[in-house]
Amino acid sequence: MVLLLEQLLNGLQLGVMLFLLAAGLTLVFGIMGVINLAHGSLYMVGAFAAAWVAAQTGSALLAVPAGLAAAALAGMAVELLVLRRLYARDHLDQVLATFGLILFFNQGAILLFGRQPLFVDIPEGLRGAVEIIPGVPYPAYRLAILAVGLLVAAGLYGLIRHTRTGMLVRAGATHREMVRALGVDVRKLYTLVFGLGALLAGLAGLMAGPIFSVQVGMGEQILIMTFVVVVIGGIGSVRGALAGALLVGLVDTLLRAYLPALLRGAMQGPDADALAAGLASMGVYLLMALVLLLRPRGLFPAHA
Amino acid sequence: MFRRARRPSPGWLVLPPLLALAIALPWAAEALGTPASTGLATRMAIYAIAASALNLVLGYGGMVSFGHAAFFGLGGYTVGILYAHWSWQEPLWGFIPGTTSLPVTLLAAMAVGGAGAALIGALSLRTRGVQFIMITLAFAQMLFFLFVSLKAYGGDDGLSVRRQGEFPGLNLRDAAQLYWLCLSLLVAWLLLLWRVTRSRFGQVLSGARQSERRLQALGIAPYPYKLAAFILSGMGAALAGALMANYARFVSPDMLAWTKSGELMIMVILGGVGTLMGPVLGAIALVGLEYWLAALTEHWQFVLGPLLIAVVLFARGGLMALLRRPGAPGRAQA
Amino acid sequence: MIERRTLLRAAGATAMAPLLARPALAQSATGQGAALKIGMITTLSGPGGYLGQDIRDAFALAMEMEDGRLGGTPVRLLVEDDALKPGQGKQIAERFLKNEKIRLMTGVVFSNVLGAVAPDVLDSDGIYVSPNASPSTFAGRECHRNFWSVAWQNDSLHESAGQAAMNLGFKRMFILAPNYQAGKDAITGFKRFYKGQIAGEVYTRLDQTDYAAEMAQIRAAQPDAVYQFHPGGLGIAFLKQYVQAGLSATTPMVLASPSMDSTTLAAVGEAALGINVTAQWNSDFDNPASRRFVEAFTAKYNRTPTYYAQQGYDTALAIGAALKGTGGSVEDLAAFRKAMQPASFESPRGRFAFGANQHPVQDWFLLKVERGADGKPALVTKGKVLENHTDAYAGQCRM
Repeated sequence: MVLLLEQLLNGLQLGVMLFLLAAGLTLVFGIMGVINLAHGSLYMVGAFAAAWVAAQTGSALLAVPAGLAAAALAGMAVELLVLRRLYARDHLDQVLATFGLILFFNQGAILLFGRQPLFVDIPEGLRGAVEIIPGVPYPAYRLAILAVGLLVAAGLYGLIRHTRTGMLVRAGATHREMVRALGVDVRKLYTLVFGLGALLAGLAGLMAGPIFSVQVGMGEQILIMTFVVVVIGGIGSVRGALAGALLVGLVDTLLRAYLPALLRGAMQGPDADALAAGLASMGVYLLMALVLLLRPRGLFPAHA
Repeated sequence: MFRRARRPSPGWLVLPPLLALAIALPWAAEALGTPASTGLATRMAIYAIAASALNLVLGYGGMVSFGHAAFFGLGGYTVGILYAHWSWQEPLWGFIPGTTSLPVTLLAAMAVGGAGAALIGALSLRTRGVQFIMITLAFAQMLFFLFVSLKAYGGDDGLSVRRQGEFPGLNLRDAAQLYWLCLSLLVAWLLLLWRVTRSRFGQVLSGARQSERRLQALGIAPYPYKLAAFILSGMGAALAGALMANYARFVSPDMLAWTKSGELMIMVILGGVGTLMGPVLGAIALVGLEYWLAALTEHWQFVLGPLLIAVVLFARGGLMALLRRPGAPGRAQA
Repeated sequence: MIERRTLLRAAGATAMAPLLARPALAQSATGQGAALKIGMITTLSGPGGYLGQDIRDAFALAMEMEDGRLGGTPVRLLVEDDALKPGQGKQIAERFLKNEKIRLMTGVVFSNVLGAVAPDVLDSDGIYVSPNASPSTFAGRECHRNFWSVAWQNDSLHESAGQAAMNLGFKRMFILAPNYQAGKDAITGFKRFYKGQIAGEVYTRLDQTDYAAEMAQIRAAQPDAVYQFHPGGLGIAFLKQYVQAGLSATTPMVLASPSMDSTTLAAVGEAALGINVTAQWNSDFDNPASRRFVEAFTAKYNRTPTYYAQQGYDTALAIGAALKGTGGSVEDLAAFRKAMQPASFESPRGRFAFGANQHPVQDWFLLKVERGADGKPALVTKGKVLENHTDAYAGQCRM
């Protein structure tokens, strides 16, 4: 029972991590209609910048703004130089261009930082463990991720529901032409939204640094999963991204944790384990296929 | 290089000499002391088949499949698995004997690819747009993980096909003969696509891309047409995968990875979406660029990335459009 | 930073895109026409890139230490990136074989690329000397007269870890590895030598970054120790999360070398203190060959050499010894084989010999992560685990 609670908590925490990435992607996707394969690269930029500043200064407090700023700036530069010219084109041109960006960012990171993974430490105050479930020390840092993720969710909700920018964002997601017709400076809005999406990706990257491996290609490892979350949740919907992320996090964690034991009841040990691992890998994609077949626009369609 | 310079119409006049040059390539390669170019051209021809297959659904039918590596891989694994059972001398599932006969394995690969496409297509075509992109990806990923966990066939390490397929009258151990086989299959495949896209079927298909509502108003249900195109496309990709297994003498889950689907898509977009020769050009360009850039510098991705971006920004419609544009080296065309 | 000239050259080359042109050479040590060409196909891009880089750098170092020669023969090294794609590796091999007429190849890091590269090389009467990937196929049933492994057979990494777990007296082990061929081999290899109780056996995913669920399972199982095989970035993430979950305080860990090299150690930092590792070599080995290698490598590249670097270095030395025996020729395959077999070079590992299947017979050592003289965590050699260890597949090899 305690183990189940812990696994549920793990699932939520993974979900929140995915949400941080998915939130930015779904905004960019929903509002500009851009398929940005390079979103994972911005995540990598955030992680690298934070890791580098932390290593140079030894200060986590400086690393956070550095990671955020680097990702946001890289994102806005990408928007200004490349994607801005592609809004009117179809998805395919965006796919080709952002694929080019992935190659560029990955090799750029190798040129700047080398091929070796970077060292990132957990900030001083978050190293211990907290017993929120009796008998199970839970890493404080993971709780911090959970908290930050939920704060971001609340912040985005406030921003989108209760500010003028948010209104435009919402309007942009549902009635793109209308916003343009109203004389709103769509270009500036787009750059801003793209910067915000990149900032969130950078935040995910720098939060991931201390628990994952900061290395070239880290963005692509998690990119596909992020797309899965966005599509399950409904493109353009932050609420959907949160729901999708939590769902994916829970399903993924619980499958990994319990499927082997279930299968072992039915068949031989090693075969069951291997099969269970295979099925657990497919689980998330199966989930996405099911959701799309039953609700083609995702759980919370923004364009409803 | 020969087929690179190919121009569109008056195109049809240019094609025969270019084809002749393509046929002569192995001799030229031998004479110039770069015999490996034959292998490179084989790989280009194989990817050209796969990319053209994808282009049928993506370019003509407007169905952006991000999972075509699944069919490419299914084709490859059909050859690999049939070879493995042939070499173990035990039939698959107890009744399908293994074989190395190329005509048999190619047909089997196309059948398996077609069946896979029928299944995946039937489900995926219930969605459209971005959802279609993602659902095809989902199915391809499931197959990828299936082959990764198939220990009997090498899992992640892949499966060696130590013996090339046998084709009556040909010696496929000879690189040039394998190349000519792939080239002829490419030409046959392109002729088939040319016929298909100009038939009533092709018109309905591109009608479905432009407006399904209009088709429905005309009393035509687009779904069967789209599904048929998807199956045909899957068979083409599987054919390419089967040829790749014969060329590389090796299959691995790498053939089904989402990055491979991405690469096929990049070839189509790079060459020119919805054109007959675009994907061929795109395959030649991407395979060629990787090959030459990697030989020039270990940081070749740093060059290739911006190059791809430049093509998107400055050559709308891909390389085909670049060739068509007046003033461009290829020029001449309205 | 990439040079402008390189960019221009690349741009020019692509504009012409001559299918039949000879591509420029990636790297040449001497630039002399008469030198013997050695082809290196290795992984330089993506997350696994540092492995290939270490192999290449150390191989080049061995050449440099002998003034561009190996065993007295002037050699030229051609390096190309396979980007971890079997197809790309095969393409490079084909060009090396046919266009460059190279007979001697090395460099592949990952087994799946080797599966596409090695058959081509061997069937064209080429010689392949592996600095890393050595799957069971080439050690057993499909062993080949011209295939040599200077690293180890893959299973040995895990067999030594299994033996180490026995020696350390762990009665109940929890074992984990990713669900792919090398992962399954790891579990098999470990269990071949570990005779205690298995408290849990978990297959993780190759694309997994979060291991919270596995940590909870480990804690619930309360094993004596954990054995896990997660190479490169996967291992870094696993270790960080293991420590954060508080498991490192209660449950020791035994690792095989790919999960803990000096690069991953630098990325994990203090969290790795106390971990047991088995390896065929370590940078603190106290023999002249090892000292010379570590000194030269550190001076040239300003980082501690990993096991991969050492394997790359030994590959160069082994080839050098063979070339010395044949007088620099690779034309006579039987003569080359005869000169290669005695492994008459001074390996930094100490004892090194080739078994009947042309894979290493060597000693395995237990290392432990401890605080070094400079206060930073370092790998410290503790003792021998296995002596003159050969692999489980040698018996299947009929040459």
